[in-house]
Amino acid sequence: MGRTLAHDRSRRLSDLLISMTTTLLKSIRSKTWLNIAARFLALIIVFLFFAIFVEDGKFYSLRNLENIVRQSSVYATAALGMTFVIIIAGIDLSVGSIIALAVVVVAWTLNLQVDGADGELVYLVHQYPALTPLLACLLAIGASTAVGMLNGALIVRLRIVPFIVTLGSMGIIRGLAKGIAGERDIYPPEETWIGGLMDPTLTNQAKSWMLLPPGVWVLILCIGVAAFILKYTRFGRHVYAVGSNEETARLCGVPVGRTKLIVYGLTGFFCALAGFMQFSYIGGVGQPTTGVMYELFVIAAVIIGGASFSGGEGSIMGTIIGALIITILYMGGQQMGWPKWVQEMVIGGIIILAVAVDRLRHRKLA
Amino acid sequence: MDILYPRPIRALSSTPRLEMRGIEKHFGATRALAGVDLSVEPGEIMALVGENGAGKSTLMKVLYGAHTPDAGSLYLDGAPYIPLNPLHARQSGVAMIYQELSLAPHLSTMENILLGIEPAKRGLIDWASMRTKAVEAMTAVGLKAIAPETPVSELSIAQQQLVEIARAVALDSRVLVLDEPTSSLTSVDIEKLFALVRSLSKRGISVIYISHFLEEVQLLSQRFTVLRDGTSVGSGITAETSKESIIAMMVGRDVKDLYPRNKHTSGKTVLDIKKVSVVKKPRFANLQLREGEVFGIAGLVGAGRTELLEAIFGLEPIIDGEITVGTFQGNATPAQRWDQRMGMVSEDRKNQGLALGLSIADNITLPKLQGLGPGRLVMPDKQEAACDIWIQEIPIKCESASQRTSDLSGGNQQKVAIARLLHANVNILLLDEPTRGIDVGSKAQIYRLIDSLALGDSTIARKPKAILLVSSYLPELLGTCDRIAVMCRGELGEPRPVEEWDEHSLMTAAVG
Repeated sequence: MGRTLAHDRSRRLSDLLISMTTTLLKSIRSKTWLNIAARFLALIIVFLFFAIFVEDGKFYSLRNLENIVRQSSVYATAALGMTFVIIIAGIDLSVGSIIALAVVVVAWTLNLQVDGADGELVYLVHQYPALTPLLACLLAIGASTAVGMLNGALIVRLRIVPFIVTLGSMGIIRGLAKGIAGERDIYPPEETWIGGLMDPTLTNQAKSWMLLPPGVWVLILCIGVAAFILKYTRFGRHVYAVGSNEETARLCGVPVGRTKLIVYGLTGFFCALAGFMQFSYIGGVGQPTTGVMYELFVIAAVIIGGASFSGGEGSIMGTIIGALIITILYMGGQQMGWPKWVQEMVIGGIIILAVAVDRLRHRKLA
Repeated sequence: MDILYPRPIRALSSTPRLEMRGIEKHFGATRALAGVDLSVEPGEIMALVGENGAGKSTLMKVLYGAHTPDAGSLYLDGAPYIPLNPLHARQSGVAMIYQELSLAPHLSTMENILLGIEPAKRGLIDWASMRTKAVEAMTAVGLKAIAPETPVSELSIAQQQLVEIARAVALDSRVLVLDEPTSSLTSVDIEKLFALVRSLSKRGISVIYISHFLEEVQLLSQRFTVLRDGTSVGSGITAETSKESIIAMMVGRDVKDLYPRNKHTSGKTVLDIKKVSVVKKPRFANLQLREGEVFGIAGLVGAGRTELLEAIFGLEPIIDGEITVGTFQGNATPAQRWDQRMGMVSEDRKNQGLALGLSIADNITLPKLQGLGPGRLVMPDKQEAACDIWIQEIPIKCESASQRTSDLSGGNQQKVAIARLLHANVNILLLDEPTRGIDVGSKAQIYRLIDSLALGDSTIARKPKAILLVSSYLPELLGTCDRIAVMCRGELGEPRPVEEWDEHSLMTAAVG
């Protein structure tokens, strides 16, 4: 009996692997793959541009490459959730605020004080150095996911358009973050591994065995999980169906409201992870004003990645490429010594150009 | 048989109002138009017929300046006519009224009528002259009773259509193209529309009338032109040509048996509706649907037929009454109905029926993603394999199951919507206008499918299914159903065997 069960399980696993391989092979020949390839080409062109024009080859130095990856990780992680949101034809303007909330909750937890053995106040993190950071992460994930789901609940229950709901919650959540922090930066008493999530590795002998900062590994894992969910699960199929035509989804018995709720919750979750990275990136400080305008970068990454605002279209790989393009433009512009106003205009122009090229190609195919 | 000559018959004396000669249009490798000849006399009503994908819309887009032809020439009253864009076409006197109306719902009726040609003095709207001009056009189309200030959103669909025609009248159009104008009208409104079209033609306006309903074509048009595969394959005098020979030209073959007729044996009741009322309509509807039977619901658009199906399927709240599906009693959500092996095809393919941006496989498998992979996973290759069965059996013309549904023709899209029910292996099929706006060939395939589903197939252990069919197309109801009931203003009448009905009695009952 035991043997047949194990045999069954291994056969099912091999079935699954064969299924996934054939699907991947097929998609390589399909239009989807062409879309990703075209974006990848754009990424390489943008990179080469700066590699050639930034003096002394500084742009492709190991340190700079690492910086690009570190900086883009925050956008990319938040953009994973935003990809789901935009596929269901929604929008979430509150991601920058949720990132700030997560950053603040982490710092606040690390700053918690409790009664010590001799009646004096001591920092929780000193008493439980291993558990406190974990608690900080769990609280931040809980808070971020909760506000994300609250967004979803308002959109589903009150039938207010996502733009309005999240425009409102953008302010509410930012205010909440500032309130928790008491309108100032929180400095935790102790450095923890959360603060080291995005520490450079390649340029640091002691950590070079990791190859990439742990936060980037987290992102890579999330990319795999998110792409898998979208392509191979019932929930993923439901996400595309709700975005492509909500009425059809309803007719086919798809739990439309629940799908939306989970998607906005998922965005909150990914924003918490992005928040941990941001916390580390800005030097382990609980800054309630961090992540302002990030929603625009994140949305831009998803749109450059090929998702459509009318829903039903978008991919994780595209989004990641989009996040890299945005970061490279941003950092390359800085290193070229472009004034800030030029950088802003270039990034804005690229967003419009990317979507325009997409539309033109769509029209040709139609 | 001179009607089969591609050259249009023409009186020698007059110059045609519109002449199109050797029009060709390619999209990449696809040849949409391969030399179309067409002419319309002044004041003539000419019907343009053809299956979906025959090239009617492409041809009309060439006429309207939305497409530039690759070859061929157009003449308007003898003068060369090269439309640059739709605005130019309108100004040249060619007006187009699409199936989907293109009005600005928030603007008033008069603003809509004179949209783009507002009378103005030094950049300011001249409201007085606007009103006069609008009223003039509204009188011409029989909209006298409506105040020109009424917002278009407050008008009925039929009235909105008249506003569109008034727009054409206000522009002094010489050629008016009507694309499937009756698909969302009641029969009373259709009569009114026909009277208006005739009066416009008496004023010298040439009308090109595009329709799938050959009965309408015969009733209204003086001449017809048939398109097939991008060429004009025939034209003739409507009164001298039978419906069957027009259909034969359209499909390029004989369709003697459009409606296959096998003897169905109906079994036990699988759907029992007792005194069901929905918010507006229907009221106190009773209906028993049996296994192995095709039950038709006739009636006018807006009688409450769609609402009844949606109430049964859990898309509309029920305020009173009881629905029993098999052994399950009471209301349910669509998801529960699918679980009870019931499925529905929506009348509105584009907005409700299909997610056109998704693949065929995604559309077909959406209600039942179970069993397409381990656990809650869905494996795309299994999804496609499951769909390939239906793509071959129905059949659906496509490249593969992973093709985008929007790439397909209307008829094939509709077959995808029906394949969804087959994939979910339902016993009860609710079909709302399943052949609306699709070509004759696809219609015939869908009728055959309905017949074979009701019949069942013992060789592959497929039980006879129960089918509830809502249709506004009477020949279709009479050709496919075993029993028919008529719904009139929310009241569902007593069902009678199909033999006891004919088109006349159905229409009489529907009008009430």
